[in-house]
Amino acid sequence: MIDTILQLWAKYDYVYINGLVGTLWLAAITVLFATVIGTVIAIMKLSKIWIFDKITSLYIGILRGTPILLQLYFFWLLLPKVSVFDLSDTACIVIALIINASAYVAEVIRAGIQAVDKGQTEAAKSLGLSNTNMMRKIILPQAVKNILPALGNEYITMVKQTSLASVFFVQELMTSYRTVQSATFLAIPSLIIVGIIYLLLTTVLTKGLSIFERRLQRND
Amino acid sequence: MINSKELIHVENLDKSFGDLKVLKNITETIHEGEVVSIIGPSGSGKSTFLRCLNLLEKPNSGRVLFKGIDLADKKINVDRHRQKIGMVFQLFNVFPHLTVLENITLAPTLERKIPKKLAETQAVELLNRVGLLDKKDEYPTKLSGGQKQRLAIVRALAMEPDVILFDEPTSALDPEMVKEVLDVIKALVESGMTIVIVTHEMGFAKEVSDRVLFMADGEIVEQGSPNELFNNPKNPRTIEFLSKVL
Repeated sequence: MIDTILQLWAKYDYVYINGLVGTLWLAAITVLFATVIGTVIAIMKLSKIWIFDKITSLYIGILRGTPILLQLYFFWLLLPKVSVFDLSDTACIVIALIINASAYVAEVIRAGIQAVDKGQTEAAKSLGLSNTNMMRKIILPQAVKNILPALGNEYITMVKQTSLASVFFVQELMTSYRTVQSATFLAIPSLIIVGIIYLLLTTVLTKGLSIFERRLQRND
Repeated sequence: MINSKELIHVENLDKSFGDLKVLKNITETIHEGEVVSIIGPSGSGKSTFLRCLNLLEKPNSGRVLFKGIDLADKKINVDRHRQKIGMVFQLFNVFPHLTVLENITLAPTLERKIPKKLAETQAVELLNRVGLLDKKDEYPTKLSGGQKQRLAIVRALAMEPDVILFDEPTSALDPEMVKEVLDVIKALVESGMTIVIVTHEMGFAKEVSDRVLFMADGEIVEQGSPNELFNNPKNPRTIEFLSKVL
C-alpha cells in the first residue's frame, strides 16, 4: 500500500500540487470576503434597526439552516441565469462558498460583540461617549479577543469545506483525488495522499492559531 | 438648600420591565450641591430610579429634566448631557483593555476635545488625589476592588460633571476596602459636589446626606433629613426596614 502511494505521488505529484494551490486560493478568497461581508452583516444585525435585523436574521437562518452542498448547487445553477457577466463554474462556486461562510462569520462576530460585559457599554454611555466612539474604543477592542479564536476555527472549517467544490470539478484537492482516481482506478491510495495534505494544512493552521491566541491572552 | 437651583427634576416617572412595574409615578428634584441618599429593600427600584436619571434606563412615561432639558427629547444629543452626569457602578466597570491613565483620559480627549497632554496632567492630579498615582501605567486587572472603584470615581470626575450618581458603590467590595472608597466619596461631598447615592451603608448615608429617600415597591415612601428619617421614621415600611438594617 505504501509503495502504491509513493508511486502514485511520484507520477501525479503535480496534480496534487495544483489541487493544493486551488484549495489554498479558494480558502483565501472565501476567508477574506466572508470576513468582510460577515462583519457588515453582524453590524447590521446589531444596529437595532428593525428591517436590518429581520433581513440579516433571515439571511443567517437560511444559510445556516440548509446544507452547504444544496447552496452550492443552487448558486451554480442560478447565478449564470441571472448574471450579466459570463460566470465560470469556479466563480459561481466561490461566490456560493463566500455567501455560506459569511453567515457563520456574522454569527461569530455578533456573539463576540455581545459577549462584552454590558457594564462596559453602560460605563461608556455614562461618560457621554458617542455610539461610534464607544464601539471603536471600548467594545470592539474587547470583542476582538472573543472573536479571533472562534473565527480561526471557522477558517479551518472553511478550508475543509472548499472540498465540496470538487462536485463541480473546480480545481482543488478533492478534484485532484478524483482526477488521479479516474486515471488509475486507485481510489484509496489517492484519498490517503489528499487526506495527508489536508491534515498538514489544518495542523499548520491550528498551530498558527494557538500561537496567535496565546499572544492575545498575554495582554490580559 | 431650598433656594439653590434645580439640577435634575423627575416628573411622573414610570418604568416597567415587562409586566413588572418597577417605578410608579415618581416625582422628585435634586438641587445643585445637594447630597441625596436612596435607601430601601432590594427590588424596591432604587437602582432603576438612579439609572433613569442619566437615561441608562428609558422611562416608559414621565420626564427627566437635567438643567431644564428633557433628556428623552429626540432632538437633543443625550451623550452631550451624560458627560455632565457622572456615574459610578457597583461592579466598577473600568475598561480592562486600557491602562489606569487611559481609563481616565479616554472620554475627555474623545468627547471634550481636551489635548492629550493636558488630559494626562489632569488625570495624574486626580490619581494623586485618590492615592493611585503609582498605578497609572498598570492595567485594571492588577488592581484590587477598592482601587478599581477609586479609579472609576476619578474617571467620572475627569469629565467635570455637575453631578455624580453612585449605584451601590461599595456593595461588591471586600469589607476592608469599603472605607477607602467611602473616604473618596466623603471628600467629594466636602468639595461641594452634587451627589445621588444608592447605598446600603446606613451609617454613611446618615453622616453625609442632606436628604435621604426611602424607596419601597417602586415609590419614594418617605424622605427627609438623615436625622428625621433615621431617628424618627413615620411610615410603617420605613420603620420595618430600618429595624432590620440598623
